[in-house]
Amino acid sequence: MLNYIIRRVLYAIPILIGVNLLTFVLFFVVNTPDDMARMQLGIKRVTPEAIAKWKAERGYDRPLLYSAQASGAAKVTDTIFFQKSVALFAFRFGRADDGRDIAHEITTRMGPSLAIAVPVFILGLFVYLNLALLMAFFRATYVDFWGVVTCVVLMSISSLFYIIGGQFLVSKLWHLVPISGYGGGIDTFKFLALPVVVGVVSAAGANARWYRTIFLEEIGKDYVRTARAKGLSEARVLFRHVLQNAMIPILTGVVVVIPLLFLGGLITESFFGIPGLGSYTIDAINSQDFAVVRSMVFLGSVLYIVGLILTDISYTLVDPRVRLE
Amino acid sequence: MLAFKPVILWTDALIYVLIAVAAVFAWHVRRREHLLAPWKRVAHSPSGMASLVVLVFFVAAGLLDSVHFRPALEAKNAGEPVYSVDVLSLLDVVTTDLRQRTEKTYSAPFAAHLFAKETVEHPDGTQVREFPRLRFGAAHLKDPERELAADVLANGGRGVLAGIALWLAVVVGFTAGLAAGSRRSVSATWSAIWRGGTEVPWRAVYVALAVMLVLAGATVALAAKYHVFGTDKVGQDVLYLALKSIRTGLVIGTLTTLVMLPFALLLGIMAGYFRGWVDDVIQYVYTTLSSIPGVLLIAAFILMMQVYVETRPDLFDTTAARADIRLLFLCIILGVTSWTGLCRLLRGEALKLREMEYIQAAHAFGVSHWRVITRHILPNVMHIVLIAVVMDFSGLVLSEAVLSYVGVGVDPSMISFGTMINAARLEMAREPMVWWSLAAAFVFMLALVLCANLFADAVRDAFDPRVRTLRLEPAAAGGEAKA
Repeated sequence: MLNYIIRRVLYAIPILIGVNLLTFVLFFVVNTPDDMARMQLGIKRVTPEAIAKWKAERGYDRPLLYSAQASGAAKVTDTIFFQKSVALFAFRFGRADDGRDIAHEITTRMGPSLAIAVPVFILGLFVYLNLALLMAFFRATYVDFWGVVTCVVLMSISSLFYIIGGQFLVSKLWHLVPISGYGGGIDTFKFLALPVVVGVVSAAGANARWYRTIFLEEIGKDYVRTARAKGLSEARVLFRHVLQNAMIPILTGVVVVIPLLFLGGLITESFFGIPGLGSYTIDAINSQDFAVVRSMVFLGSVLYIVGLILTDISYTLVDPRVRLE
Repeated sequence: MLAFKPVILWTDALIYVLIAVAAVFAWHVRRREHLLAPWKRVAHSPSGMASLVVLVFFVAAGLLDSVHFRPALEAKNAGEPVYSVDVLSLLDVVTTDLRQRTEKTYSAPFAAHLFAKETVEHPDGTQVREFPRLRFGAAHLKDPERELAADVLANGGRGVLAGIALWLAVVVGFTAGLAAGSRRSVSATWSAIWRGGTEVPWRAVYVALAVMLVLAGATVALAAKYHVFGTDKVGQDVLYLALKSIRTGLVIGTLTTLVMLPFALLLGIMAGYFRGWVDDVIQYVYTTLSSIPGVLLIAAFILMMQVYVETRPDLFDTTAARADIRLLFLCIILGVTSWTGLCRLLRGEALKLREMEYIQAAHAFGVSHWRVITRHILPNVMHIVLIAVVMDFSGLVLSEAVLSYVGVGVDPSMISFGTMINAARLEMAREPMVWWSLAAAFVFMLALVLCANLFADAVRDAFDPRVRTLRLEPAAAGGEAKA
């Protein structure tokens, strides 16, 4: 088991190198730092001095890959590639355009992101699985039919409308909770209630329907027939046998996203004014802060790979047939 | 001299290619019974056919909007034609009235007055702050307070009647055609349709057509005199914006898959078929790409694309061309982020197929790899491709709106559902609320995506061999039925 995990972590390294190279090519080769400086400073009136200053402030005035002037190891290390891309492996993200330390921002903003993403995740999983089990229990009846119809309608509505509708109904019409914002202490609950509910509802259609399909596939298998033949009640078959065996396909989709919860929800956070990583990313995109976007891309892929490894480990927990060698 | 100068934008050209591909595919399928069979199953699905009717309306609007040209301006000296810098489409010509009747700013649906107060000078010289009358909306009424409701009902009623008349004409004609085709009397055909006894669910088609024609009739009749969905901040008719958004949604939903398909097909099949180092390399590439969260990758690509276009203004001259190249880029990038899933599926299927006896036999006969792939593997993975294409469509339309909100979607000057929602969102705080842009975007998007989802389900049910074996029986009767 431990061997397997170590091997998986080692496999992850080339992938991260690939991600790193891709971001390097995207951010520094396709468009040179000069292009970026011109974009940031305005296309029309821009002097070479201003570009040079902009680059010096951000450390983009180094050569791309190989520094001829430097001596010794600095020939390789004193380059944009080493300072900006390779440094990401050590989680040295550098500074954002407003001068703040990106690593520090990430650690402080993780809290609010998790405060909203974790409840959405847990509550959502609980709700979707129960809805799906309900539909599977009443399969091929009107309950199931209208359940699926509702799911299809729900998943045809853009997530933006759930947020806008939720804010309009709950905050503006009924004045139950504040429209947006974030606060400490007991207020946190008040601020988080609406985003969490909206987050759960907006994904309900697609997820409940997906889990229903998984359950129905399991129900068609032979062991279910055997269980029924033994005289078990339908509820017992469903909740004991089917649910347990459906865990593998369910886990495949679920565990991967757990590490990504750290990144929070882009849309939700910026709509509700929650100072998490999602709104940080959106702000960076809108103000074209390339350093932050680059850091988030790298961080996101690290978390995704962690999720893949966790998924494999979780298989062994729910299915004794799976052994990681 | 021509009265217009045709303009073929990049996305237009790709749409024409897509139509050509679809036409060739249809012609190819038509003559082969085994390929036609699943399509017949699609045609037997009531929900699928009904949603297809609605989709046809959307596609028609999108196609009209994909034929672009630059109209000629009034030439000063006769010899040399001068063309407008505005790129128009056929849809713009059809909706010239809607496009040109702009008000000053917001106005509610069916309103006769502007949404904001203005200082108006009366003929006797006094100045009053009031809601001025609209220039075009309900402009034919003398006393809107009393006449408006009756006039809307009368106009709407006339439109509904026209819709019903058109529907009757189509239905009678089509039923007669069916009757002639099946050598039965018209009344027998009609009663069979009405009882739902036909193989193809014509009843569902007729009902969907009736709904669409009645709605369209009422809208057309009312849009001539009112702003059916109100006007937006700069006074543009929201109905016009919603109609223009359809093309953007369709382009993103279809071209993205068209762009990614060759890569996914080629790499997926190659990985599964050749295995070994080819498989390793291809797996590495798609694992790397898929390990970057989609939105972030798109954001990074679009930001860089923006820098590229902004620093090279000479390459893209008109606003339309610039917006169009950004739309195309968005499709490509969405394709890059979404091809990995299909590629993985195809690799798995190719791994399975290469062990089949008929492939082994082909190898034994000395058939080349290329020929094995194109003749034996490709046709047998097409159902996966088709299902993926139709299933992806609705998700892509939805993601356009989200991406535009994030700021990495289509160009702000391009009309799309995302930009509509984005603009309306800023007015949420207004009291009373400006809700009509959101309502229009909601209605059009829901109709498009819902129908796409229903149609995709019908296609998947017809093509996926797994679904066909998955027969459902009610829980209570489950035990006995199995026995």
